[in-house]
Amino acid sequence: MSPHLTWRKLVNNVMLIGTGLCAALSVSALVAILGYLIYNGGKSVDWNFFTKLPLSPGELGGGMANAILGSLQIVSLAGAIGIPVGFFAGVYLSEFEEKYFASIVRYMADLLNGVPSIVVGILAWTVVVVPMRQFSALAGSLALSVMLIPVVARSTEQFLREVPVSLREGALALGATKWRTIATVVVPAGSKGILTGIILGMARISGESAPLLFTSLNNQFWSAGWTHPTASLPVMIYLRAVSPYDDWHRQAWAAGLVLIALVLTANIAARLVLSRGVSLPK
Amino acid sequence: MSSPRIGQARQQAGAQSKQSGNVSAGNAAKLQATNLNFYYGAFKALHNISLEMHANRITALIGPSGCGKSTFLRTLNRISETVRHTRLEGEVLLDGENVTQLDVTSLRRRVGMVFQRPNPFPKSIFDNIAYGLRMNRMAPHGQLADKVEQSLRRAALWEEVKDKLHQSAFALSGGQQQRLCIARALAVDPEVLLLDEPCSALDPIATAKIEDLMFSLKDQCTMVIVTHNMQQAARVADFTGFFLMGKMVEYDVTTVIFKTPSKKETEDYVTGRFG
Repeated sequence: MSPHLTWRKLVNNVMLIGTGLCAALSVSALVAILGYLIYNGGKSVDWNFFTKLPLSPGELGGGMANAILGSLQIVSLAGAIGIPVGFFAGVYLSEFEEKYFASIVRYMADLLNGVPSIVVGILAWTVVVVPMRQFSALAGSLALSVMLIPVVARSTEQFLREVPVSLREGALALGATKWRTIATVVVPAGSKGILTGIILGMARISGESAPLLFTSLNNQFWSAGWTHPTASLPVMIYLRAVSPYDDWHRQAWAAGLVLIALVLTANIAARLVLSRGVSLPK
Repeated sequence: MSSPRIGQARQQAGAQSKQSGNVSAGNAAKLQATNLNFYYGAFKALHNISLEMHANRITALIGPSGCGKSTFLRTLNRISETVRHTRLEGEVLLDGENVTQLDVTSLRRRVGMVFQRPNPFPKSIFDNIAYGLRMNRMAPHGQLADKVEQSLRRAALWEEVKDKLHQSAFALSGGQQQRLCIARALAVDPEVLLLDEPCSALDPIATAKIEDLMFSLKDQCTMVIVTHNMQQAARVADFTGFFLMGKMVEYDVTTVIFKTPSKKETEDYVTGRFG
């Protein structure tokens, strides 16, 4: 073999091994996290974890029922605010794009997507917590919705853009107005993709702890309402993990396992929705 | 298979021209374009096109790719306006009324369109047909199903789909989908039907069905068809216009265009010397 050919084969093999290694590394991180969580958290997840309130340090047992409910509450309200705003913003970006405004909105959405989540927390703290003089679930939801909006907007835009022009023209040619075309043809055609984006966005915000640290704060008991401090799983994980008590460490592992199980379930659900193909009616 | 039908179409067209004496004295003009210029940005796609499309006749527009025939067709129902940075000069009259003065949604209800590729909505067969009826409130409660059946019958599709009206329209074959799109357009009782290369994605059998359908629709509406396929124009059209590089080279009774064209370019094109 000529030296040149040998060299080419060598480069080929090195690159093949290199890319394979990187691929294995990226997967192994998830495998390691999952394995570690199941190993450590699996021992501590029991029925009490889902039904009981946390106990004081020193007392063994107790659960995080309030944090599970709190997380559901905070994330649901964040979705109720963030999904419609993000969805309609995405519709605007895809369908009503006019001159420079849309490109500015798109760029800002990408920037907002990249803002560190703790900064988003500071925003909610300034806007809600300080004026109300109270940490609250509401403030936490607002912070999370600010993070959700750009994710939903951009994914909605992307999936609507994939709807063929011929479908829009088909509706317009029947005398449909632009909005009617969007509402009855374009959005239904992109609905599966949009739904997937929403589920992934919700999964992402449900694991955020930083924006909740100084908005919804934490609570040892059931939350007294939307305007009161509320426990959540991510914050609970953080507080339990930095505590000096072994039993609390076990609880942090358990909370981590429950949280990741919720997020993975949502993720898999999203993929199942997408794998059924393009939006076909029943 | 096609030769008897070509003969038939030519006889028909020939009979008309004998009756009417000349092209412009055929049926009254349903659609009339006068001095149309159309621009995509700085590019001028149509140069001074004037054309009368006669009521209850089929007018075919032929010419090589990029000659402007589709662009012209798309100005007739103003769907060209949905593309940005375009500009139209000149006027299109529908029954003597300038289409730019008409409400665009009611114009498009009156001037239906069938596209190059079948574009059924991601809905059931029934809902595809019902779409325009519901939107234009053309089916009083209880009459919707009748109207849907009637439209599917007009498009010669009813027998093939009557047992699966609530299945997805995507489950139909390409030819069936295109007839579904024609049925969908017919459902709102258009006065004019614009067909933009409706058979280019179909096999010959499906094409023959669409052409038969066009013959059967002639007494109900005026049709304008853009086609790449010269045999198709010869088979179905009463009148044919030949487009080249954004200009209309010649317009006449179909038999004249195909047998005794007056322009050299037309003759070269229809005899297959280019294009």
